Amino acid sequence: MTPDLMEAGAERAARAKGQPHDTGATESGGRTAGFSRIATPGEVDVTHGRILYLEDVSVSFDGFKAINKLSLDIAPGELRCIIGPNGAGKTTMMDIITGKTRPDEGTVFFGSTIDLLRHKEAEIAQLGIGRKFQKPTVFEHLTVFENLELALKTDKGVRASMLFRLDSAQSDRLAEVLETIHLAASVSRMAGNLSHGQKQWLEIGMLLMQDPKLLLLDEPVAGMTDEETARTAELFLTLKGKHSLMVVEHDMSFIRTISEIVTVLCDGSVLAQGSLDEVQADERVIEVYLGR
Amino acid sequence: MTTPTTFDTAITVRAEPVEAGAGTSTSSVRTGRVALPTKGPLLSGKGWSAFFVALIVVCAVAPVLNMWVPADSPLHMSDYAVALVGKIMCYAICALAMDLIWGYTGILSLGHGLFFALGGYMMGMYLMRQIGRDGNYKSDLPDFMVFLDWKTLPWHWTFSDSFIATLILIVAVPGLIAFVFGFFAFRSRIKGVYFSIITQAMTFAAMLLFFRNETGFGGNNGFTDFKRILGIPIATQEMRMTIFALTGVTLLAFFLFAKWLIASKFGRVLQAIRDAESRVMFSGYNPLPYKLSIWVISAVMCGVAGALYVPQVGIINPSEMSAANSIEIAIWAAVGGRASLIGPIIGAFIVNGAKSWLTVAYPEYWLYFLGALFIAVTLFLPNGIVGLVRQWLSREKAAPVAASPARAEAQRSLATEQGMEPEAIAAPLHAEPKGARA
Repeated sequence: MTPDLMEAGAERAARAKGQPHDTGATESGGRTAGFSRIATPGEVDVTHGRILYLEDVSVSFDGFKAINKLSLDIAPGELRCIIGPNGAGKTTMMDIITGKTRPDEGTVFFGSTIDLLRHKEAEIAQLGIGRKFQKPTVFEHLTVFENLELALKTDKGVRASMLFRLDSAQSDRLAEVLETIHLAASVSRMAGNLSHGQKQWLEIGMLLMQDPKLLLLDEPVAGMTDEETARTAELFLTLKGKHSLMVVEHDMSFIRTISEIVTVLCDGSVLAQGSLDEVQADERVIEVYLGR
Repeated sequence: MTTPTTFDTAITVRAEPVEAGAGTSTSSVRTGRVALPTKGPLLSGKGWSAFFVALIVVCAVAPVLNMWVPADSPLHMSDYAVALVGKIMCYAICALAMDLIWGYTGILSLGHGLFFALGGYMMGMYLMRQIGRDGNYKSDLPDFMVFLDWKTLPWHWTFSDSFIATLILIVAVPGLIAFVFGFFAFRSRIKGVYFSIITQAMTFAAMLLFFRNETGFGGNNGFTDFKRILGIPIATQEMRMTIFALTGVTLLAFFLFAKWLIASKFGRVLQAIRDAESRVMFSGYNPLPYKLSIWVISAVMCGVAGALYVPQVGIINPSEMSAANSIEIAIWAAVGGRASLIGPIIGAFIVNGAKSWLTVAYPEYWLYFLGALFIAVTLFLPNGIVGLVRQWLSREKAAPVAASPARAEAQRSLATEQGMEPEAIAAPLHAEPKGARA
């Protein structure tokens, strides 16, 4: 190495020392976005501070544009509420994220590296996106216990299922979720015999068993009593931070309890975004809700 | 995958984490761990006893009654009865296979007759080769080939000389055809009645193919006139009894296997696919390998049943692939009770028992009876005969037994809280419908 190069190096080192250190405190939790990160296949990369990106997504059914150039992103740990009039494309958006519907155009990314459009429903679920349907969908002829056991995060291949035995860590997890969803006393009951609200809770419990990074919840408190709704709100607030949540709901008081940022969808694209008070004061939002 | 704890540092977690439902609910008062149900044994004590009784009856009692009890004794089991029960046991295997795919997975196949016939044809080919030079034309080739003026065996008869290869083919041919058909059908997400229709079309197409002489399976006459199996004459009482016992053991073994499958998580995934397939997908399961596995298992069971059937009845022809045969399999399962493993076996015995009696006593009424039976079962017995028996049993057991131990405990604690007798609080629960699990 020549002296002038060494000199230049020493100079650079001195300059670097003088600059404030990178604290590593990024929105995504300590990891810096840069060129030299290792992307692990199947691992969600949230170093850019976004767990879900939708960009210019469009889909039409028989000429009807259900989703029209929709762009939306969600941060890790965020609890995002989505509202919008009927037919705004809320459920279709969830269908696109979970792989049920293929968009005509646009990109959908989970983290920075996983292109969700390349995956099937089951793979997307295994990547860490859980979904609760609008109508509670549980396995009616299985018990509450069996429902939760099925949803448990584990190897979901055929052979693994044939030889599956619940280990103690998994039993603990199951017991914990049963307590969380208040169905501990109904553990051996058939899911089909549960009340509507209990089915909703069971489905949420099944999502929790999957331990997803992102939860999509389509009208989670529909048909629940006020007490059940309050409990659900509490539950969601505890999940926030550890998981990212996207909640579609019509119950405004419920949204007021849980929301930070509310996104208003209308005619398949984002109409407004902000706190609930902000969007409720928005002229355009008032128009789509009341004007028609 | 890592746990998403990495988020915690960056995102401001709410300062006061709300404890889920603390203090507000009554159920969280329960301290300690939740009592999770443990996995039960494969069969109950009574179940195992019944299983071994059935095994002894098939392997010991029936041979003794047939071969050593004198023919004039009322305990004597006639050759006719042996042939009939042996045949019905083959049907019972089919009904069991149908139950796995229809009752548990919710996929109605109307093409299982094809797999049954394929297993039968594989066995038939071997039995044809065993005839050797004892056929009508005294040739090495089976009679129908001589009749068609063929000089050599077609390629697909290559392995028909070997018993071992035949055993492999009995499993492999129905299994492979089911695999290929199932793969494309399930991958295209063909479901419900559409699937039933294409399976029906599949078996019909195969029947037309097998009717042709060029296919090399004896055309519409099929195979018959079997003489030997493994070099031993087939028409003797001992040989009949051996195949009878083998069929019984196979049925019982398949029953245990099915029981094990259904008791495993695999079985519960199948039921979950039946109840809510989209939920299964969004829980991270790909339904395709599950459906395909049970479809192939079911087809192989039918194939084995067909292979056991052919030496007992002494003939196999393309009519076994007719649409009606496949539909009948579904009827046996429906009559006995879907989604219970013993149901289809009982159904196969009852329907075929009635058939063999009625076709002798009142031959012209059999089809009316079958139609009426199917309508009656659909209307009045959605869970079949087994469902009906279960309903009766649970009604008889209307003693103060709560549905679950957990609920019983909850009742007790509630009762003591309110200073009541536990029975008093349990009473209204009996109004609930019982036996909801079909």
